[in-house]
Amino acid sequence: MLTYTLRRLLTAVPTLIFISFVIFLLLELAPGDPLADQPLTIPAEVRERMRTAMGLDAPAHVRYWKWLVQFVWIEPQVILDGWLGTGLAAGEERILSWQFRAPVFDIIWQRIPQTLNVVGIAYLVGVGIALPIGIVSAYRQYSWFDQIGTFVSMVGFSVPTFFTGVLFIVIFSVKLGWFPSIYDTTLRVTDWSSFLRQVSQMIMPVAVLALYNAAQISRFMRSSMLDNLNQDYVRTARAKGMAEGTVVLVHVLRNSLIPVVTVIALGVPTIFAGAIITEQVFKVNGLGQLLITAIQANDLPMVQTLAFVFAGLIITFNLVADVIYGILDPRIRYD
Amino acid sequence: MRLKTALWGAVALGAFAPAAALAERGSDGQVNIIYWQAPSILNPYLSGGTKDIEAASMVIEPLARYDQNGVLVPYLAAEIPTVENGGVTPDLTAITWKLKPGLVWSDGSPVTTADVVFTYEYCTHPEGGCAQLSKFDGVSAVEAVDDLTLKITFERPTPVPYGPFTGGQGPVIQKAQFANCLGAAAPGCTDANFKPVGTGPFRVTDFRPNDVIQMEANPNYRDPAKPAFATVTFKGGGDAAAAGRAVLETGEFDYAWNLQLAPSVIQGMVAAGKGQAVSAFGTLVERIETNLTDPSPDLAEGERSTLKHPHPFLSDPLVRKALSMAIDRELLVEVGYGQAGRPTCTIVPSPPNYASTRTDCFAQDMAGANALLDQAGWVRGADGVRVKDGRRLAILYQTSTNAVRQDFQALVKQWWTELGAEVELKNVSASVFFGGDPGSPDTFQKFYADVEMYANNFDGTDPQNYLANYRCGNEPRPETGWQGENMNRYCDPAYDALLDELARTANFEERGRIARQLAEMLTVDSYVVIPLVDRGRVSAHSNSLGGVVLNTWDSELWNVADWYRIK
Amino acid sequence: MTELAPAPSAAVAARAPRSQWRDVWDQFRTHRGALFGLLVFGAIVLFTVIGPSLWTLDPKFIAIRARDLGMGADHPFGTDQLGRDIFARMMAGGRVSLAVGLTAMTLSICLGTLIGVVAGYFRRLEGPLMRLTDLFLALPLLPLLLVMVMLFRESLARRFGPETGIFLLIVVAIGITSWMQTARIVRGEVLALKEREFVLAARSIGTPPRRMILRHILPNVLSPILVSATLGIATAIITESALSFLGLGFPPDFPTWGRLLFDGVDYLQQDPERVIWPGVFISLTVLSVNFIGDGLRDALDPRIRGR
Repeated sequence: MLTYTLRRLLTAVPTLIFISFVIFLLLELAPGDPLADQPLTIPAEVRERMRTAMGLDAPAHVRYWKWLVQFVWIEPQVILDGWLGTGLAAGEERILSWQFRAPVFDIIWQRIPQTLNVVGIAYLVGVGIALPIGIVSAYRQYSWFDQIGTFVSMVGFSVPTFFTGVLFIVIFSVKLGWFPSIYDTTLRVTDWSSFLRQVSQMIMPVAVLALYNAAQISRFMRSSMLDNLNQDYVRTARAKGMAEGTVVLVHVLRNSLIPVVTVIALGVPTIFAGAIITEQVFKVNGLGQLLITAIQANDLPMVQTLAFVFAGLIITFNLVADVIYGILDPRIRYD
Repeated sequence: MRLKTALWGAVALGAFAPAAALAERGSDGQVNIIYWQAPSILNPYLSGGTKDIEAASMVIEPLARYDQNGVLVPYLAAEIPTVENGGVTPDLTAITWKLKPGLVWSDGSPVTTADVVFTYEYCTHPEGGCAQLSKFDGVSAVEAVDDLTLKITFERPTPVPYGPFTGGQGPVIQKAQFANCLGAAAPGCTDANFKPVGTGPFRVTDFRPNDVIQMEANPNYRDPAKPAFATVTFKGGGDAAAAGRAVLETGEFDYAWNLQLAPSVIQGMVAAGKGQAVSAFGTLVERIETNLTDPSPDLAEGERSTLKHPHPFLSDPLVRKALSMAIDRELLVEVGYGQAGRPTCTIVPSPPNYASTRTDCFAQDMAGANALLDQAGWVRGADGVRVKDGRRLAILYQTSTNAVRQDFQALVKQWWTELGAEVELKNVSASVFFGGDPGSPDTFQKFYADVEMYANNFDGTDPQNYLANYRCGNEPRPETGWQGENMNRYCDPAYDALLDELARTANFEERGRIARQLAEMLTVDSYVVIPLVDRGRVSAHSNSLGGVVLNTWDSELWNVADWYRIK
Repeated sequence: MTELAPAPSAAVAARAPRSQWRDVWDQFRTHRGALFGLLVFGAIVLFTVIGPSLWTLDPKFIAIRARDLGMGADHPFGTDQLGRDIFARMMAGGRVSLAVGLTAMTLSICLGTLIGVVAGYFRRLEGPLMRLTDLFLALPLLPLLLVMVMLFRESLARRFGPETGIFLLIVVAIGITSWMQTARIVRGEVLALKEREFVLAARSIGTPPRRMILRHILPNVLSPILVSATLGIATAIITESALSFLGLGFPPDFPTWGRLLFDGVDYLQQDPERVIWPGVFISLTVLSVNFIGDGLRDALDPRIRGR
């Protein structure tokens, strides 16, 4: 397992570079112009000079190389400078966003707290309620609990968040006035009352996202449990006189987790990608909103960097999932 | 409809009348503003986006701004220079501005003409990529005569010398702060671009791009009683409906910008009783531009939609006129804009001196339109679609993605189908449609469609440059990398000659006559451009926010210093 | 053993030959949820296919004086902001949404299963295939779709006509951007299954890989695939509306359920039925497919079928 992990980590480097290249090509090919949102009153020759100032007149391979160097060489130095107080990256040009004319990573750091708060907690809550629901639904298949669970999760998944979000706002902000409809990213939790305000502004986005996540994960949990509950080893375990709780929660659960682990591991990187629609609806303005506005504004350095960070997370967590498979089922061999 | 519009105007003025009570700076606490497009930078010279310009207008100011009637009022300047008061030379080649004495930046240092001259150098630096460069078109020199006197010299007589340093696009920036940010260094000055030192009523305390700006009252603002608000939260992001809801229904915010929503939706929100919608009109006109060249995909790439191939039927004025006659503009206004729109037959709806008053296009005339097409030789086939010389009257109608535009498309399609045309609709994401990417077939410049719909306007109050967009040779084409503003590929020597005459004319009334004639040549005389709606701006403010005067000639927040809390 | 064998087989023969699919159907019939799901799904399909010939209002016809009407006899679901009949739009929209949802889901599931099984079963192909999956997961979706539309819209529209061309484009676009989760799940299951005793046994008697996969592996990864398929329909219907909204899909006056829902959200307070109906129909479709999937899963599992 260790050699497998090491080998995977080593192959991850060329894979990531290849992925970054494909992303760059894709963005190059995609139609769009960073000046699309500028007013039509700006004449063509002024636009041309603005493009030149962004460095868009350089050939594609030069721009790719510049980005790669900035990402793998200059930005890590900036992080080191931040930690150690050194001046390694002083005077070096960092990756600059075309929209903000500011270093891409500064903005990303600024956005991480609200995204982790809202999307991350929603994911934890989602997983936390999905697993028990899935287990009970499977164990008591076709009971009223299972039927309601099925109904709620199917409706929760098939009704998109752009609708549930607005519905929540209309009910809980407009009609009842319980929660704010606009998320305040500048709120700092310093005391009990600011903590309560933070909680009240997080409730709606977290609920919407958690419902969506839980719906999906609980379905996989349920179906996988159902598959295993009828296996021979379960009958054997029961015949041996093992306690029912042990049979279900240790043996069956462990063997049912492989698809669930896959789904959860695929979901973790998406926490960092943010929840584009939910963030827009509640004005959380996290990484998801950053990505979508960057795409709409054709802010290629920002999109490229975010997509690449995202790619790194995907590779990492898929590797984590593969390692967990081996722990859950020691018979799985990779070598 | 007319009456309603007038009433709304009255409401807007009424709000202004009780003018700020005897307030003291910062006595009214906090004001919350929401823009559903979030500001990404506070330097209008690096981004021309409305959201950026308007957010920056609370912090940095020009020499003069336009008021709600499009009249220049002095801000940093002591008065507006004219030929009469000697500020503009009689030959119209130079203008001399005087700064108000005793002005200081928010950091306490004095404002001098050196800052204004620096602003000129900053924007005209060849490597800077300044978004407002065209504001300085024709300027040969900007010099400081003394600390308070500034002289701008033009290359040739300039009838309207008020382009540089006026309006939201021309604020003065501080030399001390931006001195090291000239040219290629401009984008690197993140701190200066995010927190410019200004003379406006507020100064930035925290700027989070595309998210939120926090400001506080500028302690050095020139009027010691203003602004009434001590702090501002300027939130961005989301959509127009959410912004409207936050002001009109939940009351979390005090001011929401540009509510592009169906009139019935806005009415529903206003009914909640927490705030009101205000509207004002400017020069923005929603129009259908006809393609005078052939966009057929059968043509070779590089020849599509170019002057080499005239359009098979839209080059016929009768067809264009019939298409315009089939449209019921009053209904379009009612469905799409309500109080924020009025039908128009011109592309220069304002200021009054330049606006054509012809209304011949207002009445929908299906019978007349049908007769015109019959007369032009278009005969209905078995399927109801008109045919001439084996050519079907098939129209591809494109626009950007936007709920109101899609409703307009559906309505116009129905009318044109009644007329015997076969209409295919296409919508393109705004970031692609308005982007100038020469590699994409879907940009409005390439115009690979028969007609396209969008809105356009002009800066300031003079339409000369705007009308010059339709000059022959200014059409987007492969040789220019598909850049250019003459979307229709309109080419009329008489029009170009009249444009030259406009550029030479200084007399105000005479300029108005020529400009009206130019606009009519494009619209009611030929229907190369089919104007639809004169689009106003609708914004909303809470009932407790006083002093709001909506202004479409400058930043909406132009008089934010006068805003106050109604108690 | 050999002597005893004829007796039961003779008895079976006397009861007329029973195919495996007959057994499956018999089991499926006893599943109440599945039958109910089949019924609802059938009704929805009939509504969209037969409906327009019974309810002949044109879904694109604008009756501007009759706009924003509530539910009533003339317009059972009311009208939209341009006076178009929502009942007719639901029917027309359902046809497209169902077609897009089912085809795109099928494409994505087939692709995902194929890649997942091959990657899980053949060790040599695992690396490249899983890196490919990582690549697709990492690509930003919107630019990818923009590029596909830019490259292929016109040529497809010319070859197949505008509507079929765009239908194909959308189905393929959704299909090839949504198979990765299925592939990862299937691969994970196959990795575990491959080491189970019955697979080892089958391999030791020399079963060829193709047979192994079809007879032993696939039936055992069916349930996660069915779950993915059910969820996939919902995702495809919603994704389609996002594509149309961005101008990458069908023409703007072409109704689909996702689009009706999206357009209706602004009118949530004035005309709640404008969002309720498309929401209900999408949910019902997904629910019914889910129950059918449940029934199928039970019916295809020989261990349950016997009981």
